[in-house]
Amino acid sequence: MDLNQLETVIYRLLELAAIQLPLTVESQLLQKLEQENSELGYSQLFLIAENLRLAKELRRPLCQDTGLISFFIRIGENLPSYSTIRKIIQKITEEATRAIPLRPNAVNFFEGNTGTNVGRHLPWIFWEPSSDESLEITVQLKGGGSSNIAKLVMLEPLEGVQGIKRTIIQAVAEAGSKGCPPYTIGIGLGGTEDLAMILAKKALLTPPNKRNAQKEFEEMELDLLQVLNSLKIGVMGLGAGPSVLDVHILDAARHPASLPVGISFSCWALRYATAHIFENEITYPSHEVI
Amino acid sequence: MAIYELKTPILADQTKKLRVGDYITISGIIFTARDEAHRRALEYAKENRPLPFDTQNGVLYHCGPNVRQVNSTWEIISAGPTTSARLEKFEADFIKKFGIKVIIGKGGMAKQTEMALKQCNAIYCAFTGGAGVLAANFVQSVEQVAWIDLGIPEAVWVLNVQAFGPLFVAIDSHGNNIFTKIDNEIQKNKILLLDQLK
Repeated sequence: MDLNQLETVIYRLLELAAIQLPLTVESQLLQKLEQENSELGYSQLFLIAENLRLAKELRRPLCQDTGLISFFIRIGENLPSYSTIRKIIQKITEEATRAIPLRPNAVNFFEGNTGTNVGRHLPWIFWEPSSDESLEITVQLKGGGSSNIAKLVMLEPLEGVQGIKRTIIQAVAEAGSKGCPPYTIGIGLGGTEDLAMILAKKALLTPPNKRNAQKEFEEMELDLLQVLNSLKIGVMGLGAGPSVLDVHILDAARHPASLPVGISFSCWALRYATAHIFENEITYPSHEVI
Repeated sequence: MAIYELKTPILADQTKKLRVGDYITISGIIFTARDEAHRRALEYAKENRPLPFDTQNGVLYHCGPNVRQVNSTWEIISAGPTTSARLEKFEADFIKKFGIKVIIGKGGMAKQTEMALKQCNAIYCAFTGGAGVLAANFVQSVEQVAWIDLGIPEAVWVLNVQAFGPLFVAIDSHGNNIFTKIDNEIQKNKILLLDQLK
């Protein structure tokens, strides 16, 4: 694989994720605008839609908080090494921070803001091995407001589905207006406490309206979507319009004694971009870039 | 919808007539401050040191902009509001000590701020969170940047804006707070939904 090409792809992904929403996420929001009956809900959704249009037209990051940057990488056989890919990611993140620009958000504990979006452990990379010979890279940008309302709750296993629903309703009611609703909610169930949170965050990358393949989880997703909207948080927490756009669940097997529930929120600006790199072809399925 | 057009410096008789649910735009000078700038400003006040920027009858914007430096000038790229709730612990003092008349943010503020706003004939307005490019488009120029040692998001950016809005009046100077009202509703709805789970 040509490493210069890999640099170009990573830059492109950071730029796409910062400037325009994935096509499916954008059309979901525009559909909500069309369906909105209240004046207040409509006016807020209208400003959101205007902002999306302007960001694309002016090629500027749609939100000033370009977030902390995470990479999700599925890596096949015969590809550059993990450490090579990581070096390229760090180099291009610095370059993209200057050029796009992204807001510098990586703050080392005692040293302060690095000014580059590269800091201790950041950008974080989630690696997943794959058996083919392709490389799939997803960049996720996550703002501080929506991360501050995340929750991990360790339930007792017998609390079951009812306990999970209760936990999620409480977390979303507590989040209220704080994280730029309407939210997309990622839920991670089971696994270790850290895995539950990773799954919750990864669940946010599920395309809108795509349901969990397992029937029981599908029902939970649909039920929660309806129930959470009856909290009536509204667009920007003003009590009018949609509160939650979608709910996605990912699960892992759990310990007999534990039922971790991880809850990750995305603001309305659910930002990510994916590239799939094959030997002779690169596609950008999230944004269909030519 | 009627939109009131305000120009800085803001006078009490302008804010007093506004009520929750009104829309306004602001033209003139505003300044940004987030967590670190709030803390430092209040430390300065404690030590009787003057702030390096003007706040009297001013407009405080809860915002950490994304900026680009071109030679010696700054360009505001994206500049939507940040979550105001984090600043609740500072805000009542901040409003009283520095003569703030309008706060722009998102997500609302609580009781202490609400009371300080009432006492000082000041208001809190919400701008659409995440609408960073839209907000940046109202900025005519960067007048000053103070405390850049705090990093770009936390520094104080003094901005000249033209018809910044529509801003939604969410807490007025008469003690009305739409976010408190909605949060009460949310908590009531929550109890109903939890009951239905049983």
